[in-house]
Amino acid sequence: MDLIATILVDGLIYAGWLFIVSVGLTLVFGVLNILNIAHGSLYAIGAYASASLVGAYFAAGGEAFPFGSYLALILAAVLVAVVLGPLLERGLLRYFYGRDEVLNVLVTYAVFLILEDVMKLIWGVNPYFVYEPYTLLGDVEIGPLFYVGYDFAVIAAAIIVGLAVWLTLNRTQVGKVVLAVIHDAEISQTMGVNVKRIYLGAFMAGAFLAALGGALTAPMISVTPGLGVNVIIVAFAVVIIGGLGSVPGAAIGALMVGISRAASVHLVPEAELFIIYFVMAIVLMFRPEGLFAKTQARKI
Amino acid sequence: MSTGLLEVRDVQKSFGAVTAAKDISVSVPKGAVYSLIGTNGAGKTTFVNMVTGYIKPDSGVINFGGQNIAGLAPRQITRLGIHRSFQIAQLCNELTVEENMLVAGAIHGTTKPSFLRPAHDKSARERAIATLERFNIAEHRNRLIPELSGGVKKLLDIAMAMAGETQIMLLDEPTSGVAADEKFPIMDLVINALKAEGVTVIFVEHDMDIVTRYSERVLAFYDGQIIADDAPDEVLSDPEVQRYVTGGPA
Amino acid sequence: MMHLPVYVSAIIAFVLLAAGSLVLPDWAMFLFAMALAKGLVCLGIVGMMRGGVVSFGQGLYYCLGAYTATLVANSFGVSDIFLLTLISAAVCLAVGLVFGPLLSSYRGIFFAMLSLALSMVLYGTLSKMSFIGGTDGLNIGAPTFLGWAPEGRPLQTALYIYVVAIVVIAGALMRIYFDSEQGLITLAMRDNELRVEYLGASVRHVMTYNYVFGALLGGIGGTIAVLALGHVDPEFAFWTTSGEFVFVAILAGYLSVPAVFVAAIILELVRSFSNLYFPNTWQLALGIFLLIVIVALPGGLGSLIKRSKETDT
Repeated sequence: MDLIATILVDGLIYAGWLFIVSVGLTLVFGVLNILNIAHGSLYAIGAYASASLVGAYFAAGGEAFPFGSYLALILAAVLVAVVLGPLLERGLLRYFYGRDEVLNVLVTYAVFLILEDVMKLIWGVNPYFVYEPYTLLGDVEIGPLFYVGYDFAVIAAAIIVGLAVWLTLNRTQVGKVVLAVIHDAEISQTMGVNVKRIYLGAFMAGAFLAALGGALTAPMISVTPGLGVNVIIVAFAVVIIGGLGSVPGAAIGALMVGISRAASVHLVPEAELFIIYFVMAIVLMFRPEGLFAKTQARKI
Repeated sequence: MSTGLLEVRDVQKSFGAVTAAKDISVSVPKGAVYSLIGTNGAGKTTFVNMVTGYIKPDSGVINFGGQNIAGLAPRQITRLGIHRSFQIAQLCNELTVEENMLVAGAIHGTTKPSFLRPAHDKSARERAIATLERFNIAEHRNRLIPELSGGVKKLLDIAMAMAGETQIMLLDEPTSGVAADEKFPIMDLVINALKAEGVTVIFVEHDMDIVTRYSERVLAFYDGQIIADDAPDEVLSDPEVQRYVTGGPA
Repeated sequence: MMHLPVYVSAIIAFVLLAAGSLVLPDWAMFLFAMALAKGLVCLGIVGMMRGGVVSFGQGLYYCLGAYTATLVANSFGVSDIFLLTLISAAVCLAVGLVFGPLLSSYRGIFFAMLSLALSMVLYGTLSKMSFIGGTDGLNIGAPTFLGWAPEGRPLQTALYIYVVAIVVIAGALMRIYFDSEQGLITLAMRDNELRVEYLGASVRHVMTYNYVFGALLGGIGGTIAVLALGHVDPEFAFWTTSGEFVFVAILAGYLSVPAVFVAAIILELVRSFSNLYFPNTWQLALGIFLLIVIVALPGGLGSLIKRSKETDT
């Protein structure tokens, strides 16, 4: 019984993290039709930025009100989105809209390579530690199990992110326009939608979500070079399980992967590395396009 | 039942709530030229797609040469000798006309496609050009596909399908996307070339002049069903066909 | 005689490259041997590119080949370079035959990312397997050549000539394949799969062939690389390694086989100079270079050769 509870709680915590890092990827793909490898870099930059900002916050006497460091985390993600979002989308990606998917992967891959070194130039190669926000929320006791409160904050953040994205898309005017652009950018354009602005907005939102993932993770880990690549692979797995471009798909994918990984960690630790791909393989076997992919029939 | 080359019996197909084929039964004798008429969505292309394996029927039998081919993959059906052309010509845009034909020849050659034998082998090129000549498009052989007119694209599409041992050829709207004054010359060319090789032809067509001129028998589709199956004059004077398909006496 | 021009070019290429062993200094011979070994891996990617897919995880086979050779050498005392190459190639062929059919129904970003994921699984697994060195990897002794065990400069020369010979043979075979009927069907498939299926060929089979050839070439490249380096670690399967292979393939384009090896040599040269002068910005330079190639040279280096040929005639 304890084991099942442990698996569920661990799985939910991991799923929350997974959802935050993958929902931006699926959103950007849905709108821009670009699989953004540099999503991993944005995540890593978010982690570094938050490590720096939180560090600066405490250096500037933040001890008096430690909870302010949470604002620093979020501010870091906003900064990354505001600075890098327009730079990448307006400065580079817009020249590749409508081109071959794989070519666009290469373009974002090049960006990924560039950003990896830019991070080293800015932050050096030594690890950063900002544990303060992680310990602030104390421990949580569930029956005989102890958890760090911050872990639950990540779940809460994932739920807030999910609701915010879903409500924006389905309950606001802007969201309806975005859905129209996802459905058919060309027709939307002729109906007077400013597709350019939607693309920029979606990319910035994606960048924010990637950076937020990194920012929230920074207090739990040592921030070192090379953070980004594993994130992009895992996020890609989650997103194709759910179906590229589908927000609910990303949520389901995150839950499936999160709980399976937790189960594997506790039951068959050797399989931890493979379990994500195993889940992915099973899903793709039955639904080659993922669970919630929009199906495109080819007309002949 | 008579024993045609192609025997379709009680074939059903629905997409969700839409019935695309209902109790479709047809017998096409060897060497015949059939045409399929009907409004858009009546089930003509679904019929072509089921016979050629693009769509798997829900139930029913499609007999060809004593074998039920319903549900086989397109390439298996193609290998048996049923070929098709497409509403939008399916060609390789980055290759020249001759190279497109060489691809068809390589796949349909007497031996399996080789990893060693050059694709631009002299004899292979001669064969390709001979086929292009039969369809009167050899002069375009060094051009890339996007430079071609709609008519030439259609002819190349059909020529590629004819590279193998074709027994039945299904033409999906052979004259759509073709300039008005090219329609009859193209149909003359295609039907003559196919008949010369004893190929059984089934074509989908909206132009009733072409239907009456080239087909021996007409199948009229409406709402997923065949509402008439007879000689062209009989079908076109059928009041039901006039009401649902042609929109008035011809 | 069939393929005569290919044979003649191959012989000329072999003589010219082999002559390099007489004049090249040690460091350059090592650099060329590594570049050519990696060029083999990239040639495999080029073969897949002709079919419209790009593997972002070719490090899988590069690493697998290198580890196979090392483990066989260390566990069974095999040091013969021919035997080691054969065994690694066989292992990579077998693995390629397992994954090839599985990946053959995926295209575009799916194929790219799934192949990347596979290579990262190998990377992660090897990193955790401390009994074969974990992240430190393993060392392998110098190879022997049918009983001959050279040392020093003769060893380097022999290894260099060996890789030149393999490159020339593999290059010639791939050229013959690219020009063959199957090679043309690959190009047609990249263009229009529906057409190819309706002509009666199996697109999945074609994809599988190209994948398996890529696996073979990757394994052979990895084997030669580990013998030249004397050391292998999980980095062989890391995404940065695979990324460099993709880079070379994109730089070369799919029109010319020699362009692949020229591109591989350019990359190694640029890398060794930038290691010297800009040690921390190698990936930055690579990324910018990649963007420039994508924008300015979409057909790769090979398109330059083809273009100049067309203007000649």
